[in-house]
Amino acid sequence: METMKKYRLNTLATEIIMIIVALLFLVPFYFLFVNSVKTFGELLTDSAGLPTAFEWSNYSRAWNITNFPLAFWNSLVVTVVSNLLLAMLSAMTAYQMVRRNTRFNQLMFALFVAAMVIPFQSIMIPLVKVTATLGINNSLYGLIICYLGFGVPLSVFLFHGFVKSIPVEIEEAATVDGASGYGVFFRVVFPLMKPMFVTVIILNTLWIWNDYLLPSLILQSAELRTIPIATFAFFGQYTKQWDLALPALVLGIMPVIIFFLAMQKYIIEGITQGAVKG
Amino acid sequence: MNRKKSSALLQQFLFVGPSTIFFILIMIIPFLLGLYYSFTNWNGVSSKIDWVGFDNFVTIFTNDDKFRDAFWFTTRFTVLGVILTNLLGFLLAYFLTKPLKTRNVLRTIFFMPNVIGGLLLGFIWQFIFVKGFAAIGNATNLGFFNLPWLGTKGTAFWAIVIVFVWQTAGYLMVIYISSLNNVPKDILEAAEIDGASRGQVLRSIIIPLVMPAVTVCLFLAISWSFKMFDLNLSLTKGGPFGSTESVAMNIYNEAYTNNRLGLGTAKAVIFFIVVAIITSLQVRFTKSKEVEA
Repeated sequence: METMKKYRLNTLATEIIMIIVALLFLVPFYFLFVNSVKTFGELLTDSAGLPTAFEWSNYSRAWNITNFPLAFWNSLVVTVVSNLLLAMLSAMTAYQMVRRNTRFNQLMFALFVAAMVIPFQSIMIPLVKVTATLGINNSLYGLIICYLGFGVPLSVFLFHGFVKSIPVEIEEAATVDGASGYGVFFRVVFPLMKPMFVTVIILNTLWIWNDYLLPSLILQSAELRTIPIATFAFFGQYTKQWDLALPALVLGIMPVIIFFLAMQKYIIEGITQGAVKG
Repeated sequence: MNRKKSSALLQQFLFVGPSTIFFILIMIIPFLLGLYYSFTNWNGVSSKIDWVGFDNFVTIFTNDDKFRDAFWFTTRFTVLGVILTNLLGFLLAYFLTKPLKTRNVLRTIFFMPNVIGGLLLGFIWQFIFVKGFAAIGNATNLGFFNLPWLGTKGTAFWAIVIVFVWQTAGYLMVIYISSLNNVPKDILEAAEIDGASRGQVLRSIIIPLVMPAVTVCLFLAISWSFKMFDLNLSLTKGGPFGSTESVAMNIYNEAYTNNRLGLGTAKAVIFFIVVAIITSLQVRFTKSKEVEA
């Protein structure tokens, strides 16, 4: 009885402390949202308080100046197309590498693993030249090709570990039943890989959606800007104009926050899986 | 037999070919080109590129204070950032594996900063440091909030550390939570029956058993902090007076502000070697500390 009571008190104390820490974590979001609807004058004189009136025109101005719908569309296209191709190609490659363990495949897999330690900044300068030579710079599909190249090592690595855990007997049974090599992969193995698809797609989505440096080097035209690029360009022009900058930032983070809240369970699972395998 | 062989070859080509081609085009060729350019005076404009031997490397090691400063800044930032974010991430995980009622909501809140990219976070925190902290300082009269956070060298350094820890601790927390949940309950109960204190349980049982997660988390945190660019760019732009310029930003500026792409690629090669050495040493070191239950 005595220990039971102590236990509850301890838990309650922990709970209260953790809630306070969580509120501290949220303070930046409070400042961001509250001040995004204030007039410039009010924002300067009183940034801590709640707004006296809601200045929604801040949002419409920021929406128009950043051309938010276009930036959102560009980010969406790049993220979705890169993700689908990356997951598909990596799954196929990893499967083939596990099941046909030839010397070439061993070498390629070793290269993929080794390449994972190469920092992006170490190869960005020559990469810009390569994309220019290939004529794929300043285009969304060129950017997507870059994401395929950079994403393949980790994605193949994650699928590789997963395929190894699939018993080969299942595939042999399918072959006996007359399935072709492709049939075995697409009808039998592919559905089994679903959990790893979730992990790979989550990890790649957070990376590609938020990436700034690569698109800033590849894309020059204003109409190709993704959300991070559009935000950066906007800040260059409207420094210290917080009544425009804050709503622009709210718009910029909203899609990924909504994605996170909706997919939370999968994101947390994906990260745990990715970390265990990585 | 022959038909079977060629169809196996076709499958190999279709399954491994595309990803291999993209990988070689986007990573291997630029990597090899980078090695070559690091020995040249390439400036990005002139089509004439001369071989200069080790000149770039000599310049970097003997006559480039900014690169040296950037390296020193990045090293200090990495050491502090990695320790603090892992401590906070582990503590959050440790308390969130207790039977709290608000556990799931708290986990969501702590993780949330992580889904936002470094560039936007840096801009958000610019406002917090400039206006938000000043407002809190006015209301509470705490000297901590009245500091010119982005204005002096010392405080700008800590400003980046604070934002980095705030952003990344939640990610590491998720990994630590899953590892803590895997610590066998019977061992913990046995220790309790034997009269071990909570500190002893943490030190002698929990920490050794979560060492695999520590490996992963240290690896991730080192790689994020050592390669930092976005947060750096939007929060301080390397200022004041270049005091918070990371190595990644120094490489970028050398190539695209100073137009010395040859020198920039030489720095990039050094950067790659350092990152490769640190991460492999770190993984080897922590792996040696792993135990099994």
